[in-house]
Amino acid sequence: MTALIEVRNLKIGFPRGAAENTVVHGIDLTIHRGETVAIVGESGSGKSVTARSMIGLCGNTASVCADTFEVAGKDVRAYRETDWRRLRGQEIGFVLQDALVSLDPLRRVAQQLSDAAGRRKLFARTQPDFDSHGLLQSVGIPDPERRLRQYPHQLSGGLRQRALIATAIARNPSLLIADEPTTALDATVQKQILDLLAERRKAGHTLLLISHDLAVVSRLADRVLVMNGGQIVEEGKTADLLRNPRHPYTRQLLDAVPSAGSKGFRLSASAASPGYDQAVPVPASAARLPLPAKTVHSGNHVLSVRNLVKYYGGSDTPVVNDVSFDLSAGEALGIVGESGSGKTTVAKIVLGLVEPEEGAVFIDGQLWSNVSDDVRRPRRSIMQLIAQDAFSSFDPRYTVEKIVGESLEITGLYGAERRERVLEVLEAVRLGGDFLQRYPRELSGGQRQRVAIARAFAPRPRLLVADEPVSALDVSVQAQVLDLLAELQAASGTSLLFISHDLGVVHHLTDRVVVMKDGRVVESGDVAQVFSAPRHGYTRTLLEAIPSLA
Amino acid sequence: MSASFDQSYVAPRRPRRIFTAFASRPGVVLSSLFLLFVATATFWPQLVTTDNPLLADPIKSQLPPSPDHWFGTDHLGRDVFSRVVYGARYSVLIGVSAIAIAALVGSFLGLVAGLARGIIDEFISRFLDVVSSFPDLLLALVLISFTGPGTVNLILALGVASVPRFARVVRAQTFVIAKSGYVEQAKTFGLARHTLIIRHILPHAIAQVPILATIGLGSTIIQAAGLSFLGMGPQPPIPEWGAMLAEARNYLRVAWWIGVWPGVAITLTVIAISILGKRWQLAFEGRRQA
Repeated sequence: MTALIEVRNLKIGFPRGAAENTVVHGIDLTIHRGETVAIVGESGSGKSVTARSMIGLCGNTASVCADTFEVAGKDVRAYRETDWRRLRGQEIGFVLQDALVSLDPLRRVAQQLSDAAGRRKLFARTQPDFDSHGLLQSVGIPDPERRLRQYPHQLSGGLRQRALIATAIARNPSLLIADEPTTALDATVQKQILDLLAERRKAGHTLLLISHDLAVVSRLADRVLVMNGGQIVEEGKTADLLRNPRHPYTRQLLDAVPSAGSKGFRLSASAASPGYDQAVPVPASAARLPLPAKTVHSGNHVLSVRNLVKYYGGSDTPVVNDVSFDLSAGEALGIVGESGSGKTTVAKIVLGLVEPEEGAVFIDGQLWSNVSDDVRRPRRSIMQLIAQDAFSSFDPRYTVEKIVGESLEITGLYGAERRERVLEVLEAVRLGGDFLQRYPRELSGGQRQRVAIARAFAPRPRLLVADEPVSALDVSVQAQVLDLLAELQAASGTSLLFISHDLGVVHHLTDRVVVMKDGRVVESGDVAQVFSAPRHGYTRTLLEAIPSLA
Repeated sequence: MSASFDQSYVAPRRPRRIFTAFASRPGVVLSSLFLLFVATATFWPQLVTTDNPLLADPIKSQLPPSPDHWFGTDHLGRDVFSRVVYGARYSVLIGVSAIAIAALVGSFLGLVAGLARGIIDEFISRFLDVVSSFPDLLLALVLISFTGPGTVNLILALGVASVPRFARVVRAQTFVIAKSGYVEQAKTFGLARHTLIIRHILPHAIAQVPILATIGLGSTIIQAAGLSFLGMGPQPPIPEWGAMLAEARNYLRVAWWIGVWPGVAITLTVIAISILGKRWQLAFEGRRQA
């Protein structure tokens, strides 16, 4: 095998004031022809900027230096913009995370493909000798004739990501770099894209995958490089690395993947865990710490939902169609489905933000839906919401203290008492008093979600509605947030309605599960039962789509 | 998706010396200094000039600029410099008051339309369409011809003409904010509707009003001067800049200084306000992106 990319001692820095902030600290990287390599790490580990340095897209302010930096045998260290332009698309194709923002919304698919194929004339709309049909077929887009005429917004998320991949491989580059190609996608769509990449790999193409999730890349990659803090902490054959992680950080990443096996155990590393801090090979499962046990009062229904039907904006097809379920005190119920399945609408109806057309919601046996605001308002503190995007759920003018304190307003807690409770819950999510005067923009993604959890638990709610609370987070941060949720839920005996498209997370966290498709409940029951013996075909499809380690 | 989490570190602002500030943004510094001077002339004209702007002295009529009378004297022998200084009070205050009225009424209408939606929104929006379908100056002219000339009527007329600009922006912002995550979240806390509006919607909805007001102030001052020039504003002998221009136009061939100085005052004030307004807008937009 010959090396396609050969990098020695790569350093990348960005100016910060007068000084330089180095984000990649001298890494070595070799990609052979025909090989699939994955770089795995959390946000800020330097993995994306490393990938971008290979096509000269680190930005004008970045300083990139290396002892060796060869692409297809050519030294690119002295490359100027015009040299890079020849390389991009021709030698290296690049696929970004979000196809919706990466494709030009004003150009049809056919135009984007011929753009990518390299137009010769400035005003030529398409290129006559270019087989865009075959290209779309090769990425598995059915009915290419119709799709070529469409705009990106007319394609579904999966098709859009395929079209983006098609633009990246339009000139048949030697290397395809995919930077978090499936992070914005549902599990089933993610599987389709991973299958597509797997096909390319089988055909002998070279692939570099960037991801925060070891499970996503483990099926595809021949070799995995684990990055942390701008350094490669571990590197090896995928199977070896998964079976025998040597570096504690690799083990942490492996443990962070929620699955059937992790149920009842913590996902994030704990300092108290034996063998964690030493670089001694310990099987990931042996180091696991159990989560505190929950008590479920089955039959004591905090929330009952009966035959909900909801239409939006004069449409004939309901977004929610005959949905019923119960949630007992102390229990965790998962609602699973793809985007558009109506699960978020159910959450909004339960929260009393949207009224159902038919059916009813009962809280503690009392009617909750279609009642006047005056009746509902005093009872609102019973339930709290944890939204997907914590940042947008905070008023940007508010400090953490005011954000958390506001949920206590209706409970009549003021002044010193309120402050005390705010501190108490902030400590429970391990943030502490230093954070009281911070603003949301000064917090990291994980910290924001922790503030959102603290706010939700502050008024001691009996019911928590969590709408995709971890789907915007890295696997390692997700692990911490899930542990926190599980701990606090067990300690407070709160019921949890957990909405997610990620079956691994739902399996890990919840006791019972409701599977939704096109507004209907297709299957429901005990998590272990539904996941081990799914009765409905759709549940099986969802289950098969979960990326698992190796 | 996770892009919103990456917030770049913003270095605390270092105290800069006036000299370096001047070197990097001379326009902003000069504008600020000039407006400081105008503000002084508006509130304490006695600090700037000791001459009485209304005192006529026929013997000294139409004297060119000299050390005694910096800007010369007009046809009645009044000191032009002191008239320009005292005139700031009228020209600037008319502009500021008109914009203040427009901002208050406009924000209120915009907020109501944005929150109520439906028929009320439709009613307010169509009303704004009607108002803004007339050119500002023409509308003000029509209103004054009904109410009669005078300072207060001029302020009211100019204020009404500027209302749609504020109302539209506030209405659009209110729509966006009312649907935002934090308003929805606050709803789940069981807060009353008026608490929600005052606490979470209003402050964000009117965030751009001060900037709009600053940018609008310049054109309002010009319009006020224009209407005064036509005799619709303060009546003689009040030294309003526009009215001074109107009086001076008959003497332009023999005594250019009577008309030029009020004109220069209007021009510089409007330019200075515009520079600061644009600068402020840029800073605001930069902050929104961060």
